[in-house]
Amino acid sequence: MKEMRALAIGSVARPMRLGEKAGVRVALTAAAIGFLMLFLFLPLLAVFGQAFQKGWAAYAAALREPDARAAMQLTLLVTGIVVPMNTIFGLAAAWAISRFTFRGKSALSVLIALPLAVSPVIAGLIFVLLFGQRGVLGPFLAAHDVRIIFAVPGIVLATLFVTFPLVAREVIPIMEAQGKEQEEAAVVLGASGWQTFLRVTLPGIRWGLLYGIVLCAARAMGEFGAVSVVSGHIRGLTNTVPLYVEIVYNEYNFAGAFAVASTLMVVALLTIVLKTIVEWRGRIERTRGSEAGTG
Amino acid sequence: MSIHILNVSKAFGSVQVLDDVSLVIPPGELVALLGPSGSGKTTLLRIVAGLEVADRGQIMLEGEEQTAEANGKRSVGFVFQHYALFRHMSVLENVAFGLRVRPRRLRPPEGEIRRKVRDLLSLVQMDGLADRLPDQLSGGQRQRVALARALAVEPKVLLLDEPFGSLDARVRKELRRWLRRLHDELHITSLFVTHDQDEALEVADRVAVIHEGRVQQVGTPADVYHHPANSFVYRFLGDVNLFQGRVVDGKVRVGNLALDLPDRPSNGGASAAVYVRPYQLTLHPYPQGELCFRAEVKRINPGGSMVKLGLKSEWGAPVEVELSVERFRDLRVAVGTTVYVSFSREEAVVEQ
Repeated sequence: MKEMRALAIGSVARPMRLGEKAGVRVALTAAAIGFLMLFLFLPLLAVFGQAFQKGWAAYAAALREPDARAAMQLTLLVTGIVVPMNTIFGLAAAWAISRFTFRGKSALSVLIALPLAVSPVIAGLIFVLLFGQRGVLGPFLAAHDVRIIFAVPGIVLATLFVTFPLVAREVIPIMEAQGKEQEEAAVVLGASGWQTFLRVTLPGIRWGLLYGIVLCAARAMGEFGAVSVVSGHIRGLTNTVPLYVEIVYNEYNFAGAFAVASTLMVVALLTIVLKTIVEWRGRIERTRGSEAGTG
Repeated sequence: MSIHILNVSKAFGSVQVLDDVSLVIPPGELVALLGPSGSGKTTLLRIVAGLEVADRGQIMLEGEEQTAEANGKRSVGFVFQHYALFRHMSVLENVAFGLRVRPRRLRPPEGEIRRKVRDLLSLVQMDGLADRLPDQLSGGQRQRVALARALAVEPKVLLLDEPFGSLDARVRKELRRWLRRLHDELHITSLFVTHDQDEALEVADRVAVIHEGRVQQVGTPADVYHHPANSFVYRFLGDVNLFQGRVVDGKVRVGNLALDLPDRPSNGGASAAVYVRPYQLTLHPYPQGELCFRAEVKRINPGGSMVKLGLKSEWGAPVEVELSVERFRDLRVAVGTTVYVSFSREEAVVEQ
């Protein structure tokens, strides 16, 4: 009893701080790490484990398979088209939202986030409904001999839809925080719009933009649901890497499936590394700013 | 170069920010746009710079009308309240920016740019700091770099938006005196926005007081301070006591005090406002006939060059008084003492 009271007094006398109890801290940290191990590191190890199950030669052979190479080429093509388009769209949207006030601005901000809320399968179906044989524009496209669904254009469209928020959502908060004073200063000093963008705006947002682009590329390469609906799964023609992985897996060729899947894992790991760099750079720039701000 | 602001109006949505503002800034003068926040002064400055477009009216620089398109070609220098330095560029590159973005045939050679930047940095007393990044400078240093950057393009007009607004009090005072000296050296037509009346009165050749989107008064610091055009200017340029009086027999009565009305038709029984500055009130230990009112000392603040007293008048209103230290000693007042307050008609402003 006496001991307990002493303990209580002791803890009151100490300065109160949030999360001070060691037990709670250890439990929370352990939970977080355990969660990460279970759902991130274990699967990661499993993928690479399975991929190299039959040795390095089998791994390389699986990647050299003609259909696998066709799938990778298609994925790279789609990514090569989608990423520049979404970069331009993302910059334009970020510019409009952070620099201007206009009617429907909040609606635009909400719409930009829409693809994140829509199930990718629904996104794919939207394009089937629009461009499919029985879709709204189907007869017109058929008459002009244009194929969108079950062809590369459909895959590009579906991927565009799914990934278009990614650059914009990274850049908008940075541009809003940056404000437009520096750009105004540049304009008053005689810089053209293009000079202002290249010399003033872009250097300020470069790390966020880079991360948005990488995120967009990773998602474009990895998208399954939307692409699956519009692709038609034609081997060697309309199979992207994720679709190819599924097909090979369903054929019980586990080593082949995981070998190809491991390429996507590498992309994911690169994304994480870059994210870390971006945040680290951002923190350096922020602390530098706040230190000098008091001077 | 002169600036002519002619009948400029501007609204943001339903808010009329500027209402038919006209103002002439003669060549070489340093003019302060003084007003409370929301008075429209910054918007006016931004319209002169071409950063905003007026709904109506004209801006003429040296008799030449400025159109909306010719933004960077106005040859104005603009200094922002929060400096707006390019964060990723060194001091040197910041100052050189206006020269580097010129079309190739107008761009000076690299050597000349560097020499010019060095000259400007020494003008703003920043020698040796050319390689620093803005984040490595103090607020006062940043604002001087911003000024050097604005001067680098040899503007005909210098516009400053609350240039000392985000600096602490001591640096602020130092820098505004320095700006005044710099202006005396360069004689560049300058317009600067401030909400600080001391700053405007100390630095400017002339002060334009702006309130609710209209110019209330333009004049030298002495003019606007001693001959305010209306009660707003009077109130805004310094601390003031307001007495609500009644008009009786051609005089305003404030408590026992009777003041002659300005020679305007007086309205019997109407109310009138009487404004007097704290230092214009005189305190007496004994009543002075009909010419004073009674008050009780509630608070004494002896810090500073003047002693500030908070009184409560006989009708219960708070009254602020400023006394010299000597006068305060002679009076020998303490909290709770009863005093008698008078002021002269000439110094008070009466508004019906």
